Amino acid sequence: MSGLLSSTWPWYVAGPIIGLFVPALLLVGNKVFGISSNLRHICSALLPRKPDFLRYNWKEAGLWNLVFLAGVLIGGFLAAQIGPPHDVAISPETHAALTRLGIHDFSGIAPREIFSWNALLTVRGFIFIVIGGFLVGFGTAYAGGCTSGHAISGLANLQLPSLIAVFGFFAGGLIATYFILPYVIGGIG
Amino acid sequence: MSNSLPDLSDCGVSTPPERPPHPAFLAIYLLLGIAFGFVLSRSEVLSWFRIQEMFRFQSFRMYGIIGSAIATAAVSIAIIKAVGAKSVAGDPIQIPSKTLGGGISYAAGGTIFGLGWALTGACPGPLFALIGNGVSVMIVAVFSALVGTAAYSWLRPKLPH
Repeated sequence: MSGLLSSTWPWYVAGPIIGLFVPALLLVGNKVFGISSNLRHICSALLPRKPDFLRYNWKEAGLWNLVFLAGVLIGGFLAAQIGPPHDVAISPETHAALTRLGIHDFSGIAPREIFSWNALLTVRGFIFIVIGGFLVGFGTAYAGGCTSGHAISGLANLQLPSLIAVFGFFAGGLIATYFILPYVIGGIG
Repeated sequence: MSNSLPDLSDCGVSTPPERPPHPAFLAIYLLLGIAFGFVLSRSEVLSWFRIQEMFRFQSFRMYGIIGSAIATAAVSIAIIKAVGAKSVAGDPIQIPSKTLGGGISYAAGGTIFGLGWALTGACPGPLFALIGNGVSVMIVAVFSALVGTAAYSWLRPKLPH
């Protein structure tokens, strides 16, 4: 049991469990699974002057989801305590491709050369962390959902808008992977 | 384009009739969130390395996870609709449809999010799970994401939807 809780799960275990959060939230409280709306709720709660997009009762609409999100953070913490993060066993092809781009440290969940407080002060760290985070927040608000809300909840409910959004996710991801990463990983330190 | 607010359901906000959740329900949402954060960690979908592997089409793993998650959710929704299941609170379960509109917001917003997904290696859920896992610099990415959402909310009237 402890092995199961501390080791990496195969896709056919992880995927169906992730999918079950959709009926679980519907059955508990008629809630639609989706994480990115929490960014909107937090903005609505914190901003003193609000445009229309943020004028709604965030407590009624989103308190449940903010509590869920707090759980996600705690769940990540517990996972790290039960089985400390270890190297991610990516394919040899990916390892080679990233090495060619200039990644040297493959330990941990994310490359420390990019995702660390020291790297944050470099142009590279700024692009990946600050610009990347901004695009996540802007894009999910514009698209009205992220991987959970569109790819999982939306596609499972056969929503055409979600299919368009998911094509967009991959278009953006491929552009960044093939046309941006080669220049920002190796090019600028 | 329409100037009305998008369907709140578009981004995971629940359906009317809306009531403030009972504290006991909040405890359940907290536990479900903890479970979700744990699953994101053990599945490694929060790993920048895994996201790169996916966008380079060098492993089936991420596609298997997302595909089987969608399939499981789809079958669950079909069953819920077929039996007319009610929530624990007693409401009939309704999943509001998303409004297509011009469709531009989904394509453009989706692409912008995709750029950020590949750069940070994380979608919104994993950003928070990564902080829990000790990648504390992602606090900055979350702050940036909030700035991004705020920027969208101000620019919204000028953007095509």
